[in-house]
Amino acid sequence: MQELLTFTIIGLSTGAIYAVVASGLVVTYTTSGIFNLAHGATGMLAAFTYWQLRFDWNMPAPLALFITLFVLCPLFGILTERFVMRGLQGTSEVVRLSVTVALFAFMIGIANWVWPSDSSREAFTKFFEGNTVSIGGINISWHKLITFGCAILVAIVLRLLLFRTRMGVAMRAVVDDRALTELNGGRPDRVAMFAWALSAMLAGLAGILLAGEQQLNIEPLVLLVINAYAAAIIGRLKNLPMTFAGAAVLGLLDAYYLQFSDKSWFPQSIMGFGISGMRASIPTIVLFIALLARPQSRLRAGVVRIREQNKVPTWSASLMGAVALIAIVVAISGMLTRSNTLLLLNGFTFAIVALSLVPLTGYAGQMSLAPLTFAGLGAIAMSKLPGDGNLLTLIVAVVIVALIGALVALPAIRLSGIYLALSTAAFAVLVTKLIFNQKQTFMSGNIAVPVLDIPFIEINSPRGRLILASAAFSLLGLGVVAIRRSRLGRRLIALKDSPAAAATLGMSLTRTKLAAFAISAGIAACAGALAGDKVSPQQYDFTQSLPIVLLTVVGGVGTVGGALFGGLMLGGNSVLASVVPTLKNVTKILPGTIGVTLGRNPSGAANQIADAFRSLSNRWSLLAFAATGGIVIWILDAQYVISHWAFFISGVFWLLAVTPNLVGILQAPRTRQIIASIYLAIGVIVAISIDWDNAVDSTGKRLIALVLLIALFGVGAQRLTENAPRVHRASPDVIGLTTAFTDEELDHAERELGVVL
Amino acid sequence: MTNPILELRNIRASYGSIEVLHGVNLSIGRGEVVALLGPNGAGKSTMIKVVSGLLRPTSGQLIVGGRDVTGAAASALARAGLCTIPEGRGIFPNLTVRENLLMATFSGHKLSDIEERTYSRFPRLSERRTQLAGTMSGGEQQMLSLARALATNPVILLLDELSMGLAPLIVAELYQQVAAIAAEGVSVLVVEQFARTVLGVADQAVLLAHGKVQVSGKASEIGEDVLAGAYLGS
Repeated sequence: MQELLTFTIIGLSTGAIYAVVASGLVVTYTTSGIFNLAHGATGMLAAFTYWQLRFDWNMPAPLALFITLFVLCPLFGILTERFVMRGLQGTSEVVRLSVTVALFAFMIGIANWVWPSDSSREAFTKFFEGNTVSIGGINISWHKLITFGCAILVAIVLRLLLFRTRMGVAMRAVVDDRALTELNGGRPDRVAMFAWALSAMLAGLAGILLAGEQQLNIEPLVLLVINAYAAAIIGRLKNLPMTFAGAAVLGLLDAYYLQFSDKSWFPQSIMGFGISGMRASIPTIVLFIALLARPQSRLRAGVVRIREQNKVPTWSASLMGAVALIAIVVAISGMLTRSNTLLLLNGFTFAIVALSLVPLTGYAGQMSLAPLTFAGLGAIAMSKLPGDGNLLTLIVAVVIVALIGALVALPAIRLSGIYLALSTAAFAVLVTKLIFNQKQTFMSGNIAVPVLDIPFIEINSPRGRLILASAAFSLLGLGVVAIRRSRLGRRLIALKDSPAAAATLGMSLTRTKLAAFAISAGIAACAGALAGDKVSPQQYDFTQSLPIVLLTVVGGVGTVGGALFGGLMLGGNSVLASVVPTLKNVTKILPGTIGVTLGRNPSGAANQIADAFRSLSNRWSLLAFAATGGIVIWILDAQYVISHWAFFISGVFWLLAVTPNLVGILQAPRTRQIIASIYLAIGVIVAISIDWDNAVDSTGKRLIALVLLIALFGVGAQRLTENAPRVHRASPDVIGLTTAFTDEELDHAERELGVVL
Repeated sequence: MTNPILELRNIRASYGSIEVLHGVNLSIGRGEVVALLGPNGAGKSTMIKVVSGLLRPTSGQLIVGGRDVTGAAASALARAGLCTIPEGRGIFPNLTVRENLLMATFSGHKLSDIEERTYSRFPRLSERRTQLAGTMSGGEQQMLSLARALATNPVILLLDELSMGLAPLIVAELYQQVAAIAAEGVSVLVVEQFARTVLGVADQAVLLAHGKVQVSGKASEIGEDVLAGAYLGS
């Protein structure tokens, strides 16, 4: 009995921490509609910051707490709102989630960079370490009492804030009607800033409390958020009392499991499967159950207006792209070193996984955070099935995983948006914790996936596998294009655009969603099954899926090109780390940094680049100008006025930073035209005039300088021109589809219609 | 009419690349009630958005009380005494009646004053003060939105489609309240599709079509033929 009581108290104190985290999550979700996946990471960073101040720099605890919780956390929250979240209004749920994933990746990168895990550090001690009080014969540490006190205080303060103060009521009012809040005199931006600051403080508080209990490690602190998700979902993301209750239940479950799993009667395995990963999976299982117990998400009527748009791919362009891709890979693969070949191969594998998101997330608008999990299942199926890698084995493996994908989607199908995404995350964590660590799957940590056995072609070198991967991507990409152009493709798009309209037309939403999930799982399985090498479960870990999802959305999840872009970018990131070791730390935060800019450009990078060049196609004067500039740079090089490096850098700058901006500049108002032109001219002069060969000592640094130049001047000029409103001076009822009717055309139309005055 | 309280000078406004208002001029004197009429898609609601500060005009000037406030934020205008009741119901459905009134305190008035004035004018709302606003009837919701105009002593009141989705009897009742507000010296700009309901209250009427002012004049002088012409496109 005594023991049970002890564990109850331990459980409740853990639950108290979960409650504090979850309430922060609820605060931002209810005020901005953004489900912050990076919430746990915020707490993690706060805990590290506190450790730095308190234990490394030996500040007194109250001062360190004050600086962390009341200065740095609110500041972080405000900056996050101002520079990351504010741009997300009017974007789809996929983009919003991806941005928080980016933030998550960014913060983990920062923590790994500043506080490397290999360095030994001062211990993170509890508050009043060693002090305990005895209540009813049970010793409770002061730290636990403080934890309880904090949770109760948070509950009271939040209750008073949200229901008794104007700021709190305004926070809820913004959710109801943003414009009306403004018309009442409220400032939604400030309200949102306040909410994010508050949320960051709550995350920080929980992080510090938890670090005292469990030591300072990045992973448990970040995954703390999964427990909080479960609690927040039990509270339906808005009900704080239910959230607190859910948190208590989770804490208790964890403590009781810890207590009973030591007992002799407790099973060590079920049906031959070890359950050592069980404790870590409890929150995920609760999350899954809480999600499934949710009522069916309501269909939103009306058109959901979102900013991202994609054109239907044409067959000719797709075929050309596929052939070109294989040709380029065949051509350059001969010149690569073995390690670079492997890195590029890695990039293509990522690209195939990214491709699996195109039909599911890009077309059907269903967010999945588990693409790599299906790739892992594909790898297992390929290595366990008989046949030693022949084509039939591949097909069977893909079909099996596709069926698993549909099966997993079946219970989750009633959910949509953030709830669906979370359930896929829960699935991924469960598979990672409970299946990938079994001796029946990954044995001692590595399994060998056989190389695909194609008749008459021997593939055993890395180069062969690289070509195979690029060919597989091209074929699968064509398949995805075929889906997009088919009846199923139109259904997937309809599912995204308006589920209500699609349902009223008699389309089965369930069947369409299942198809999307099965196809996606199948494509991802290919990536795993074609690995052709030893693979380890870490490669298919849930946390590895996040950068892929993120970079695919950055590249443009609605297009095959975007998937290629995303996959290669992720591969390229590791190339960057190996080429320029000094920048290894930068590459840790790179995907996150790129991702947080998504709010500006929700359709993805591939799409934007393509659009900028497409808009040039009929403007011969601008094309001539662009070509002239290129030729001038080439002549400067040929005449030895500038070095080869200056030629390369200014040439790429001209192509990627200047040319795509020409149309924008032409259409901007006069003053902006002049400013943007001068701005770009400065960029060109910088690119040409720097003595790249001598001033910068390594190739890697030159390339990075190039990327920075393009980002600074190209993107800057684009911002300068795009903010200017471009107005057609014609009313909507006299406007043609793309251009206004002329007066003659109007007269003609009126005569034809018999409405001549 | 000296010193108009609200003046629009050659206002142009657009959504994205499509221009909706093509140079609108309008002026409202102190204590005047102006009815803004026009068919669907004429630009009436856009004009309310521009005046309230929710939409920034692409060119032209917005002048309130003699000061150029073009481009000022909606919240700043609201605090300065411009009260807007937007289209639909101008309330927060998931807040209680009392919390809705708390939101009106951004105007600088005390909650207790606002509550007192609201409940004395609409006793029915006082019975429902802890009820979620979204669960009340359409008429009660519209009363609540008008309460903000009544209780905060605005300088200018903008009303967008007050009658939308309400029974004629309730509409008539609400317009009596509008007349009472106007009688206190508040300048009112009323947008209405149903011309007849509003012309009785208004001093002036402005007829908007195709994003331009077509006719403007004394409300009593706007005849059926002018209206029919504008609505049906003569």
